[in-house]
Amino acid sequence: MRFLMIEDSDELAHSVAERLRLDGHAVDRACSLSEAEDCLSAAPYDLILLDLSLPDGDGRSFLTRQRRARRDVPIIVMTARAAVSDRVDVLDLGADDYLTKPFDFAELEARCRAVLRRRGGASETVQRFAGFIFNPLTAQLVVAGEARELRNRELRLLEILLAAPDRIFSKSQLCDRLFSYAESVSDNAIEVYVARLRKKLEGSGAHIDTVRGMGYRLTAT
Amino acid sequence: MRDNGALSLRERLMLQLLVLAAVLAVALFVAVRTVAGSAAEETLDGVLGAATIAVADELRGGEEGVSVDLPHEAFSILGSISEDRIFYRIAVDGATITGYDDLPLPEAARSPAELSTPIFYTTQYRDTEVRVAVMQRVVLAGRLSTAVTVLVAQTRAGQAEIAARVANQAAGIGLGVFALAAVLSILTAGSVLRPINRLAEAVGRRGPSDLRSVDHPSPAELRPLVDALNGFIARLRAGLMRTETFIAEAAHHIRTPLATVRARAETALRKAETEEARETLRAVIRAVEESARSASQLLDHATVVYRSDRPERESVDLARLVAGLAQNFQPVAGLKDVEIHTEGVTAPVEVVGDRLLIEAALRNMLDNAVKYSSPDSEIALVLSRKGDEACVEVADRGRGLSGGAQPDLTRRFARGANVGDVVGSGLGLTIVEEVAAAHGGRFELAERKGGGTCALFWVPLG
Repeated sequence: MRFLMIEDSDELAHSVAERLRLDGHAVDRACSLSEAEDCLSAAPYDLILLDLSLPDGDGRSFLTRQRRARRDVPIIVMTARAAVSDRVDVLDLGADDYLTKPFDFAELEARCRAVLRRRGGASETVQRFAGFIFNPLTAQLVVAGEARELRNRELRLLEILLAAPDRIFSKSQLCDRLFSYAESVSDNAIEVYVARLRKKLEGSGAHIDTVRGMGYRLTAT
Repeated sequence: MRDNGALSLRERLMLQLLVLAAVLAVALFVAVRTVAGSAAEETLDGVLGAATIAVADELRGGEEGVSVDLPHEAFSILGSISEDRIFYRIAVDGATITGYDDLPLPEAARSPAELSTPIFYTTQYRDTEVRVAVMQRVVLAGRLSTAVTVLVAQTRAGQAEIAARVANQAAGIGLGVFALAAVLSILTAGSVLRPINRLAEAVGRRGPSDLRSVDHPSPAELRPLVDALNGFIARLRAGLMRTETFIAEAAHHIRTPLATVRARAETALRKAETEEARETLRAVIRAVEESARSASQLLDHATVVYRSDRPERESVDLARLVAGLAQNFQPVAGLKDVEIHTEGVTAPVEVVGDRLLIEAALRNMLDNAVKYSSPDSEIALVLSRKGDEACVEVADRGRGLSGGAQPDLTRRFARGANVGDVVGSGLGLTIVEEVAAAHGGRFELAERKGGGTCALFWVPLG
């Protein structure tokens, strides 16, 4: 996905952009509202991440201008204020969703996906591997013409494995990405989701191999 | 009020009025007794004098000397007034003509002019006190005009009896006056103090965070007190407002760097090679999460405290609010494969209240439910009308309440015994309860049938 991040704190912008790029997203960063306007006229974006307090104005006025001009790129507001009134305001002004800083990237991704799904967005997100077609937005796996629904954790597990087929992911790596850091789970908890995903992948020619003492990898036969 | 040994205003006022009434009653008693006593004496003296004159009128002079025909009717008048004994003596130059010759004459010599009408004195006679009337009459005896002294005496039992009766009546009157004054003083104390009591009631009726200034009508004497109270309230309110602004600012300044730390830590975690480094980074992320959550709940709490002082009174559609929140929480719940099922949100359910406060309360309830839900479970979010109240129910399939009582859990910074490793500040339920209270509603926690917790938020329908 291609993000436009409008955020004036360099530190934060860099670290968020770096983290998003790890997941294979493209991120442009604007540090003011005027810079954001320039970016928007130069390139199409799937999603805008908008901070509220910016050097040349309030993010809310940007939100209002965008919606008034009928430019409907989905906008997710990232606010550090988290005051009740802020949350209610931005939704009324036409934001698709909001996040309070600091945010969990899994949550950001989930929100992006939810927003894009609601908007009926980008279809180029469909991925093909071995004998299946995978649409992360609709959480659908199509194997031999048969659509199978994936639950959220199955979907994210598949995304992780699919990003690097044949690479071995350790249990603890997978746990870190699948579970919230706020809950402590044993590494074995991942086995449940691997087993479920294996079942969904049956007949697709894709396998999740257990590499003893190392972890799991996705392979195609 | 009495703890510091001071009397209440009411007691003080009543005590003073009662002392005043007692002094008045005693004075009245003394006055009545004195006046009535001397009046009785005058009356008796009048009768005694009349009897003396009647005796004197019967004096006759003759060739052989002075003779008297005692007028018995005069004595019977004396007798009719009381049972007192009567003595008389008629004497010429100290020699008794008739009567009791030991009845003493006045000690001081009187001039004939003075004695032409009766004069009175009290003296001892035969071991008892007697009142004596004495007068002189000049009669011709032989050819000499002779001054005849007439004495009529009466014992004083009758007068003592009258005096006692009068004293009794005076005491009765005194007591009556005192009782009446006591009743009046109680009523007066009450009516004087009523404005103070009303003011106290008006201030006492207020909710815990009602910081409006007092504009209750009060008498001029209470104005300085009311003004001082209002000044104090204004300072308190300004202090609270500063606190809220400060917390909002603090939250903002804490959050941005925290977000940087978190993003960096997540990136580093993805790249980390050793399990040791990963463990450290996880701990960092957890700590960041915890402080961020505390910061936002402190802010929410400050907002709730500040706003519940004067909650907005607008019409809020709970159905829309609940549906919006469900949509907002679904992505987060989805991360744990938790489904949020809503019920009763198709038709509007209007209540009157502060939308921001209600939103904050419901958000905290949902946040708790998501946090404590087991993976692959569901959360029921049910909006319903029950009687004249609307009820939002959030039921999860989490670890339940572990028998912890609700009053403990809604206390500030209190957390259940079974929260384990779940990150939380312990302010969430306090916020919910305060919002419910500010809207005249209530908040309840219960075990959900089949496991989990059920949180109920009640608000009166608008």
